[in-house]
Amino acid sequence: MDFISILSIFVLACFVGYYVVWSVTPALHTPLMAVTNAISSVIIVGALIAAAAAGVPGAKWLGLIAVTLASVNIFGGFAVTERMLAMYKKKEKKK
Amino acid sequence: MEHVATTPAWAMIAYLVSGVCFILALRGLSSPETSRAGNRYGMAGMAIAVVTTLIMQELAGIVEIAIAVAIGGAIGLVIARRIAMTAMPQLVAAFHSLVGLAAVLVAIAAWLNPGAFGLLDAEGQIFAVSRIEMALGAAIGAVTFSGSVIAFAKLNGNMSGAPILLPARHVINFGVLGAIIVLIALYVLSGAGGPGEGTLVPIIVALAFLVGFLLIIPIGGADMPVVVSMLNSYSGWAAAAMGFTLSNSAMIITGALVGSSGAILSYIMCAAMNRSFISVIAGGFGQGDAGGGDKGPAIDRPYKKGSADDAAFLLKNAEKVIIVPGYGMAVAQAQHVLREMAEELEEQGVDVRYAIHPVAGRMPGHMNVLLAEANVPYDKVFELEDINSDFGQADVAFVIGANDVTNPAAKTDKTSPIYGMPVLDVENAKTTLFIKRSMGGAGYAGVENELFFRDNTMMLLSDAKKMVEEIVKAL
Repeated sequence: MDFISILSIFVLACFVGYYVVWSVTPALHTPLMAVTNAISSVIIVGALIAAAAAGVPGAKWLGLIAVTLASVNIFGGFAVTERMLAMYKKKEKKK
Repeated sequence: MEHVATTPAWAMIAYLVSGVCFILALRGLSSPETSRAGNRYGMAGMAIAVVTTLIMQELAGIVEIAIAVAIGGAIGLVIARRIAMTAMPQLVAAFHSLVGLAAVLVAIAAWLNPGAFGLLDAEGQIFAVSRIEMALGAAIGAVTFSGSVIAFAKLNGNMSGAPILLPARHVINFGVLGAIIVLIALYVLSGAGGPGEGTLVPIIVALAFLVGFLLIIPIGGADMPVVVSMLNSYSGWAAAAMGFTLSNSAMIITGALVGSSGAILSYIMCAAMNRSFISVIAGGFGQGDAGGGDKGPAIDRPYKKGSADDAAFLLKNAEKVIIVPGYGMAVAQAQHVLREMAEELEEQGVDVRYAIHPVAGRMPGHMNVLLAEANVPYDKVFELEDINSDFGQADVAFVIGANDVTNPAAKTDKTSPIYGMPVLDVENAKTTLFIKRSMGGAGYAGVENELFFRDNTMMLLSDAKKMVEEIVKAL
């Protein structure tokens, strides 16, 4: 993809982000931070490329370390979000 | 993959799908009912991105990668399961630091082995545009990392929450930032554009680590909601910068989403404190020595002190009670016993609701999560603008561990440092109960709350948890 197409995706995504995030209810702002944290670990894509490439051992090791770090975040971030969201309950109707 | 990494069309589409999943993940958070489905979308998006990348590389190095994922994943899952909800702010800060560090490592790996990322031109030099993106990604990642480490240490209590003010810190910060920009420009223009060539990239990274550190140490503990949101935003921009380097739409979309999310949260937090973003980032708010000599008169003025029995009596005979939780409740871990108290009252026919100020606690939505953890139904919990007009009809406002967010000086006293900050109008309730450790300390802003000395205020001086337990007994 050329730079301009990438830039277009980026700018449009910023607008999408703006509107989507404003629609998030304030009660869920902590889960929002946890989940955005998890998804920003999509940086693992870059780490995987570095880890898979042969030739430069230093780069490969850095890639593997980055894969490990990002995995902590991905699994930890989604799991903790899931745990938090499970706690949000409506009032049970007892009466 | 030796040559330019022309991503196949199917992979581009897969990354796009993954990006859309991430948008849906955030979209789900618009209400608690859809939020869990949203989280699943997020997981699916991540799985698609990872699997696509692995297949594109024909599973090269899959064994080492699987081991790395297993180690990281296991650590992440254990942490996620064990962490206490009160420790969520420091956990999020710690997670931000990992994203930052991962971004730095990926950027350096790309610098050492640009061929693998398809960043080399015909002469074996890294594309100029890629050099900018790479250096920016590394720098933002490094700031995110060191800033988050400091934020973590402050939130976790490894480091004092008090602002540390270096002399001429603004000059130093701008100097280092300027140096980074100049060095990036030099790197882009320099002839040393081959793989791993030159020393500019490591210097840029080192300086960026320094900036993150310098940026966060002058910021006080109570401004952490803004800092944590800001670092959240940075981790997004770092991912976006790397997405530009790799021409990867999933990373760019995610980076833009996370970047705007963090920026909006910082904005909301600043607006809730009526402070500009710049003044928060400049730091130094709420030092012990500022605040205008508040500690002296506090002891001399008369106030009404109540016991648990008095409070129980007032609450029992009320029709409407609004509970205002603050950071003090989190520190005392009083949310569970508070819910018991509320249930007890509801059984006796009292209408109990909760009012949350946007900056209560140490991160956006912190109080909501703690109350949810204690099984408080979320439809009993209201935001400031939705409940503020109801204090007039309430019989009791029950303030537990909050102070500045109730201070009427924000509405009346133009000289007060918190003037203009939206506050909860607890003084409009017939009676206001304050649970507070002692009369000595003022709130974080160092401002005296004159509500404490009003006739219809009763102070309950004790540890929040102990006091609520005693009230429950007395009910």
